[in-house]
Amino acid sequence: MSSSAHAPNLAHHFESYEQQRESASLGMWLFVAQEIMFFGGLFTAYLVYRINNPEIFKMASSELNIYQGGINTAVLILSSLTMALAVREAQLGRSKRIVALLVATFILGGVFVGIKYFEYSAKFEHHLVPGEHFDLHLNAEELAYLEKVGITDQAKIQSRAQMFFSIYFAMTGLHALHMLVGMALIIWLIPKAWRGVFNADYHNPVECFGLYWHFVDIVWIFLFPLLYLLGRNIGA
Amino acid sequence: MENQKNYLNASYGWKSWLLTLDHKRIGVLYLISITFYFLLGAVFAAFIRLELATPAGDLVQPATYNRLFTNHGVIMIFFFLVPSIPAFLGNFLLPLMIGARDVAFPRLNLASWYILNIGAVFAVWSLAQGGVDTGWTFYTPFSTAFSNGAVMTAAVGVFITGFSSILTGVNFLVTIHRMRAPGMTWFRLPLFIWGLYATSLIFVLGTPVLAVTILMVALERGLGLGIFNPALGGDPVLFQHLFWFYSHPAVYIMILPGMGVISEIVAAFARKRVFGYKFVAYASLGIAVLGFFVWGHHLFVSSQSAYAGIVFSVLTMLVAIPSAIKTFNWTATLYKGSVSWETPMLYAIGFMGLFAIGGLTGVMLAIMGFDIHVHDTYFVVAHFHYIMVGGAIMAYMGGLHYWWPKMFGRMYSPFWSKLSALLVFVGFNLTFFPQFIVGYLGMPRRYHAYPEEFQVFNVLSSAGATVLGAGYLLPMVYFAYSLFAGQKVGKNPWGAVGLEWETESPPPPLNFDEIPTVDFDAYDYVGKAKEAQVV
Repeated sequence: MSSSAHAPNLAHHFESYEQQRESASLGMWLFVAQEIMFFGGLFTAYLVYRINNPEIFKMASSELNIYQGGINTAVLILSSLTMALAVREAQLGRSKRIVALLVATFILGGVFVGIKYFEYSAKFEHHLVPGEHFDLHLNAEELAYLEKVGITDQAKIQSRAQMFFSIYFAMTGLHALHMLVGMALIIWLIPKAWRGVFNADYHNPVECFGLYWHFVDIVWIFLFPLLYLLGRNIGA
Repeated sequence: MENQKNYLNASYGWKSWLLTLDHKRIGVLYLISITFYFLLGAVFAAFIRLELATPAGDLVQPATYNRLFTNHGVIMIFFFLVPSIPAFLGNFLLPLMIGARDVAFPRLNLASWYILNIGAVFAVWSLAQGGVDTGWTFYTPFSTAFSNGAVMTAAVGVFITGFSSILTGVNFLVTIHRMRAPGMTWFRLPLFIWGLYATSLIFVLGTPVLAVTILMVALERGLGLGIFNPALGGDPVLFQHLFWFYSHPAVYIMILPGMGVISEIVAAFARKRVFGYKFVAYASLGIAVLGFFVWGHHLFVSSQSAYAGIVFSVLTMLVAIPSAIKTFNWTATLYKGSVSWETPMLYAIGFMGLFAIGGLTGVMLAIMGFDIHVHDTYFVVAHFHYIMVGGAIMAYMGGLHYWWPKMFGRMYSPFWSKLSALLVFVGFNLTFFPQFIVGYLGMPRRYHAYPEEFQVFNVLSSAGATVLGAGYLLPMVYFAYSLFAGQKVGKNPWGAVGLEWETESPPPPLNFDEIPTVDFDAYDYVGKAKEAQVV
């Protein structure tokens, strides 16, 4: 056994802190790679159906609340900043600052999920949840636009819009679930930071969690334009 | 030496096993789990072969038959073949072979074992609910809208189990990158490690796509979202694309680690360095990468365009190149080697023959015109059983026999184990070779009854399955016997080269007294022999 075997927070099977840190970080990057493939399946489905039904998807997409989505985008970007600063403070071992920044990240995550809750509620009220009560209301202008591009079949409009919302709920729901997991992990990190276990040698948990949090943010950075913005400025 | 602590006697009690972080104990836990799932899957196979012994559908109802072959496939693939060599042999051997004390993330490693078994609980629960009848492929819209089997339960089981693979893949990749002993360069790694590396890449990049696809099926069936629902403009063929994006690479998850095992065995029993070591190493990566671009050959008759078909056809044939490199190189390793015919070697030689047949019929199936003739016939069934049973399970058995004395410090009966190798080889060919013929003649898969003219082939097949079953049951007896009464062995009973043979059998809890420094190439039998003479 090497002499460093009794060093605090160095697992018995690692020879040095450096080896432990590099292992944790590589492992987290690989986990993020699998997350990309996981969301990739849904992005593929979105892409295929958007290409099949560009006009109806555009109409369905304009039902989404661009202000709520926009504010949430800003909230998440801000939370990425607080998280990045938390990682820096962990490397410097400044416990109180780590705690403060993790709390800030947690609150911003909570704001995002809260806004998402109101967004989802509105979709239920407006009959935009897939199922037998689904009913997309289009105004005369929108109907005229669809007629202009040759889409008059009301059943088709309703069914394809339902497809859009199926994908919307699957993607944003899965994203929100990742947010909740992230917030739970912050609750796990805060007491550790409070006890002052993080320092220049040992800060892998904060750093790896940071990678996760940034990944979840980046997913939203893709979801927001794809679901809310694409095609909004064209016609109708 | 007699009283030295090893990983088996370092601590006692069920807690010391169920909460262990030792990769060797976790490997043994996997051995117990997958053996159980193998037996479960085999029971369904037995019923299938029993039903098919006669042309009339007289043993089970058609609906029951659908559940039999589905459960056989789901359990054998997700709960036996995928974890078999990587999670069991890989877990036990990876740190030993690269000179590390453990895998990079021991707790994650234990979690992976629990996740596999939690998934299996759902799979077994789905059996209690009457089983699944969709085929192991869960094709939509049958699985989402029409099947009245326990699709949700089984899907949840497969989804959960996928994360066992993903986390094992992450763990192994990091271990191979960061935990190698001083001097263990990439091109000194045993080829089994290269096989595990390639497999882990597929675990990490392929499995999540299956997970999300199964999730979409569950959302559609359970919550009424309609991602593959044709009524909403959804495309069931999209499901097939996503499903096979994982499930074709999954074939390489099953065969790549097996190829690694064969490299180890062939070198050890030919007393020679594997011919063209670097080519065999790169061939593993080549198969893993190419494997991601061939999924469309499962969709030749599923409305895929002819041009896409041509591309997938050519890409599929390309996989034959790295596969053939390996097969030829193993054969070339035997040339002028000092070959001995111990049990592991018998399995390895069996693998080479069976894998060659399985691989070459794969090239035949990559030809679109031929594929349309034999699509969904027993020809396909025979082909993939030659790869998965004749290839993967032969390699698994070979590896089990090769490393058993290392794991438990005791030898098994040479006579009975050679007999089992013979039974498995003969029984396997008798079971599956007739299926090539009957498939080519037009017998479709997944039916419980068939025309009388096919009976002779099916009787041969069922008889072969009996022999095969005996060949698999025999090892359970002599392995169990060897645990208590087998002859004790030293560090290196086969006289093989490799770090795992330089520590005790069974290995001590931390694998090595001192982390070794590696100053020799993989399979350096010549160098080691000279060294021995000097000493």
